[in-house]
Amino acid sequence: MASLQRVFGKNAAYLLIGPAAIWLALFFLFPMLSLLTTSLSDPAGNPITGYDLTWRIQNYLEALGDYWPYLLRSLLYAGIATVLCLVLGYVLAYAIAFKAGRWKTVMLVLVIAPFFTSFLVRTLSWKLILADNGWLVETLKALWILPEDGRLLATPIAVVAGLTYNFLPFMILPLYTSLEKIDPKLNEAAADLYASPFQRFAKVIWPLSLPGVVGGTLLTFIPATGDYINAELLGSPNTQMVGNKIQALFTTASDYPHASALSVILMVMIVAMVLYYVRKAGTEDLL
Amino acid sequence: MSEVTPPEEGNKKGISRRGLMIGGAAGAAGIAAVYFMGRGGGGGSSATDCITTDLSDTEAKLNVSNWPEYIDEDDGDYLSTLTEFQQTSGIEVAYTPDVNDNVEFFAKVRNQLGACQPTGRDLFVLTDWMAARMIDADWIQQLDKANVPNLDKNLISSLQGPGWDPNRDYSAPWQSGFTGIAYNKSLVGEVGSVSELLTRSDLKGKVTMLTEMRDTMGLLLLAEGADPSNFTDDQWGNALDKLAKARTDGQIRAFTGNEYINDLAAGNIAACVAWSGDVAAAEDENLVFLPPEEGLMIWSDNMLVPVQGTHKANAEKWIDYYYDPAVAAKLAAYVWYVCPVEGAREEMEKIDPSLVDNPLIFPTADYLAQTHGFMALDEAKASQYEKDFADVTG
Repeated sequence: MASLQRVFGKNAAYLLIGPAAIWLALFFLFPMLSLLTTSLSDPAGNPITGYDLTWRIQNYLEALGDYWPYLLRSLLYAGIATVLCLVLGYVLAYAIAFKAGRWKTVMLVLVIAPFFTSFLVRTLSWKLILADNGWLVETLKALWILPEDGRLLATPIAVVAGLTYNFLPFMILPLYTSLEKIDPKLNEAAADLYASPFQRFAKVIWPLSLPGVVGGTLLTFIPATGDYINAELLGSPNTQMVGNKIQALFTTASDYPHASALSVILMVMIVAMVLYYVRKAGTEDLL
Repeated sequence: MSEVTPPEEGNKKGISRRGLMIGGAAGAAGIAAVYFMGRGGGGGSSATDCITTDLSDTEAKLNVSNWPEYIDEDDGDYLSTLTEFQQTSGIEVAYTPDVNDNVEFFAKVRNQLGACQPTGRDLFVLTDWMAARMIDADWIQQLDKANVPNLDKNLISSLQGPGWDPNRDYSAPWQSGFTGIAYNKSLVGEVGSVSELLTRSDLKGKVTMLTEMRDTMGLLLLAEGADPSNFTDDQWGNALDKLAKARTDGQIRAFTGNEYINDLAAGNIAACVAWSGDVAAAEDENLVFLPPEEGLMIWSDNMLVPVQGTHKANAEKWIDYYYDPAVAAKLAAYVWYVCPVEGAREEMEKIDPSLVDNPLIFPTADYLAQTHGFMALDEAKASQYEKDFADVTG
């Protein structure tokens, strides 16, 4: 601190905070303020002439009353996707951290590889995989897993599958970092003390990987709740999530106030849930 | 990290944490105040102050935004109308098919247009009612009649003088078309009416409708026995209930823009509400477009030059070029939409005689008798209906 003050002078703190503060003010604070004021404006206006700020708190009640099924559906789909990601991701991250040997780097690169293509293109290619006359559906029908008139595309299964696929890397990477840090000798020591494989996992590996679990679930659940691409491309009108509703209210219905109110509700809800979750998991120092 | 100084200790020499926070908050409030003062003045720009200087004399460029599958493409020896325009005029055209939905496109450009900022486009193509809305908002430049003699001479009579642009001072139709039903005959038998789309059980989960409110609701209103060009709120409500029911029952799989055609060809959907030219453009013999028993909706899409379009004269050259009957016939033979150009029918004899009597391109008076336009709506009614519709579709 002292040496920094010598270099930057007395106002070192301002100078150091400055760039980030300006950035956040421009691209976070402004949009947030704009969103909040719009959410309290009179919906009688229109986007061309603007909206009058009338502190209309009913916007929130109306948004919640009209669109709560979308909020619930978002939480449900994102929740299922997060659990699936955790199960799939944990196994893979464990394998990479402890069993991959010299393939470790290759496997990590493979986990990140999907990021080299656009999110949108990857989701669209799922449309091909899940297509009604595609090989997957035909095979499932032949195996009597799907009924004769069954389908995958435009069902909740497709949406959840898409979410799981798209957010899986965000689960694997934090899990891997946590698992990789665990000293294998701890596991061996537990074995020496006659702990069964299950006990070793439950008492040694799992608790030590908790930071990764919390980080991974947050990185998966939060964006998955707000996602609308998967529901838009893989779902049907009956599987729309809250992101789709917000998008439709902004672009199609031109109802900015209710769209903003719904956005704020979503944000508040997620922040509240995250805080509760992190408290429960006992890892506040992560945030 | 071994010598962490507690923050309080640094207070005497440096800045206190509280001071920093107050400073930051004051700064933010200041910026916010400026921002909101700026907001009050927005939105009131009028066309006359907002028109830019035309750079066409010095820049041989043109930026065009159009709907997907709406223009012919180079194919082996076949030179598209777009390529020929670039060759003969020397104008470099950046052609982007980025209009998939009128309302969505409006949402994309309204902030720039309202604030009198360039959208990067010199010409875009929008459906009648949206064109009317934009002209009404003073966002569109008047065309110089001297630069578009072909438009004056060759525009077909049925498209002359719409209520929202009586002299075609601001707009030139690109193509006109119908909204009806398309189905994939390799999957289902003929789907002849909108009621069948909504209720037939072999179509369950295999039907899409358009996100364009006027196209989808126009047909729903016809199915309700109402006249889309003159209907009541009750009829609107009944038609909407029908749509909502079909959606909740899972009859309707999705509401889409142009992309429905891929799903129809791939067999993900079996039948849908469709635009007349798309089926032909898909070049798939299993796909059929037909007018529903209840009737067809008719519309036209219009070329518009926005106020901040910097290459207006080039845009006028483009418009004039596409109103040459030979060019229009060539385009029509490819896109299969209603050709707005007089004389194109004669030119079509030379290109593809089988299309001369195609009602989708050159409709007869009899064919036009079963078509309906959508009622003109004022801003409040339009946004109410759009909202009702959005509540059902998304």
